[in-house]
Amino acid sequence: MPELLRNTMVLPTFLKVYRFYLDGFKRMTVGRTLWKIIFIKLLVMFAVLKLFFFPNFLQTNFSTDEQRADHVIQQLTGSEQNK
Amino acid sequence: MGEIDLATVNWARAQFILTAMYHWLFVPITLGLSFLCAFFESMYVRTGKEEWKHLTKFWMTLFGINFAIGVATGIILEFEFGTNWSNYSWMVGDIFGAPLAIEGIFAFFLEATFFAVMFFGWERTSKGFHLFSTWMVAIGSNLSALWILVANGWMQYPVGMAFNPENARFEMQNFWEVLFSPVAIAKFTHTTSSSFVVGALFVITISSYYLLKGRHVDMAKKSIIVASVFGLLSSLFAAFTGDESAYANAYTQPMKLAAYEGLFTGSKGADLVALGLLTSGKKVGDGQDPFAFEVSIPRGLSLMAKRDVNAFVPGIEDLVYGNEAEGIMSVAEKMEKGKAAIADLAAMKQAGKAGDEPAKTAALERFLVNQDYLGFGYLDTPEESVPPVATTYYSFHTMVYLGTFFILLTLLYLYYSYKDTLEDKKWLLMLGVSSFFLALFASEMGWVVAEVGRQPWAIQDMLPVKMASTNIGAGHVQASFAIFFVLFTTLLIAEIKIMLRQIKIGPEGV
Repeated sequence: MPELLRNTMVLPTFLKVYRFYLDGFKRMTVGRTLWKIIFIKLLVMFAVLKLFFFPNFLQTNFSTDEQRADHVIQQLTGSEQNK
Repeated sequence: MGEIDLATVNWARAQFILTAMYHWLFVPITLGLSFLCAFFESMYVRTGKEEWKHLTKFWMTLFGINFAIGVATGIILEFEFGTNWSNYSWMVGDIFGAPLAIEGIFAFFLEATFFAVMFFGWERTSKGFHLFSTWMVAIGSNLSALWILVANGWMQYPVGMAFNPENARFEMQNFWEVLFSPVAIAKFTHTTSSSFVVGALFVITISSYYLLKGRHVDMAKKSIIVASVFGLLSSLFAAFTGDESAYANAYTQPMKLAAYEGLFTGSKGADLVALGLLTSGKKVGDGQDPFAFEVSIPRGLSLMAKRDVNAFVPGIEDLVYGNEAEGIMSVAEKMEKGKAAIADLAAMKQAGKAGDEPAKTAALERFLVNQDYLGFGYLDTPEESVPPVATTYYSFHTMVYLGTFFILLTLLYLYYSYKDTLEDKKWLLMLGVSSFFLALFASEMGWVVAEVGRQPWAIQDMLPVKMASTNIGAGHVQASFAIFFVLFTTLLIAEIKIMLRQIKIGPEGV
């Protein structure tokens, strides 16, 4: 299929999908409030909670999987030699 | 073992309970109401009548509100795994990776495509494609739940895996065994069917309120008929899947079964306590009668647990102290084997670090002999293997009573709808208004039975909760607990306010 023809088919499809979402968002009533709640919630969850309160303990404190495994085994066995 | 800070473990536990129970307020409504929306819209497409369309749009709006407020509340549980439960998340990463990744992909595609068509596409897509999208949202939401429940089912019955002592990880050996384990199947079918009941009673509650107020009567009656049929069939199916869960528990988690049945001493032809009050202060092995009062169904428990009225069902004391005649090993013996496994795991690691291969191989061989009892090695006393019996027992019985009540309630709604006298039955409508809250409560009780009943284990027999946690200090967890409490309570208030406003406006407002 010639490239020009392919582009003219893909572009209207893309535009159709874009307009579908755009119109949908524009026509929202209660949805506007809900989206605001979703954004605030995600912001609190990822920008505050995840960042300041929920670091991944093993990812933050150890740099390799071998170190992480050793730490967990040390926790499980209480064996200081394995550190 | 290293020092275990029980304050941290308990705060991490409390935080998980808080987030899981809040999350679970939103999920069953989504699972149940999505199918009801699909039924309502199917009626619209079949009949072509506009009132079904209005009705569908109204319930779809309430579905959307619940979905939007509840969406991503489950992600917080994943945050907690990485921070508070790092040992656990490291050990199960290989098992949970596949189901949770599939769940994420499912949720993304579902929400980005069919969900948008469902809400934005009423005037812009064909009736058939819109209906297809609504069904896809319902099926997709429930399949999304499947993967989470498969992961949870694996914790209750760890199959299809092998523990790798080199890196302390449970590694998946057979995906299909994990997916189709009897516990995962029972968990999925029971959880989704009971969520359908919650969804159906959500519709019945709001519709009953409208009938009591004399508003939107036609819509309310139509909604009630569909929701009652769905609620009745789902309640019956939930009873059936609940029975299957108990049957699975008898073989995979006999301690949980004994706890929720209040069975301290096992017997052949064991009775099923239909109604009973546990003796206050009853302890394992103290010789006291477990029940201050009881009404039992003769041999009912043996029939339920083993499908044989004469079969032996082990009680809590048989499982703790052992029962040679029935081939049950005592917890004390399992603890010895578990401690040996831990010592061999330590010896293996030490030999590995020292480069002593023969010693490492010998330690590994010894470890493999006892590895199935690994978790028992962390218990301080045999009695620690017993879950909180009263909490498990009362939660289970409350759930069963409410489940039975919902069967009766939906039958009555159908009967009076058929007679066309439902509007006159104010007492029934009042009961109906309360039914959704009772259903949510029953659903939460089901979660308590599943999770409290399997204590002390994070992974059944392999890892107790106290060894699964991260030693990060109670203060840190307390702070995030408070933030969660405020965040979730705010979200819940927001949901209730928006939902009530929409219910007050009624179907004209959508």
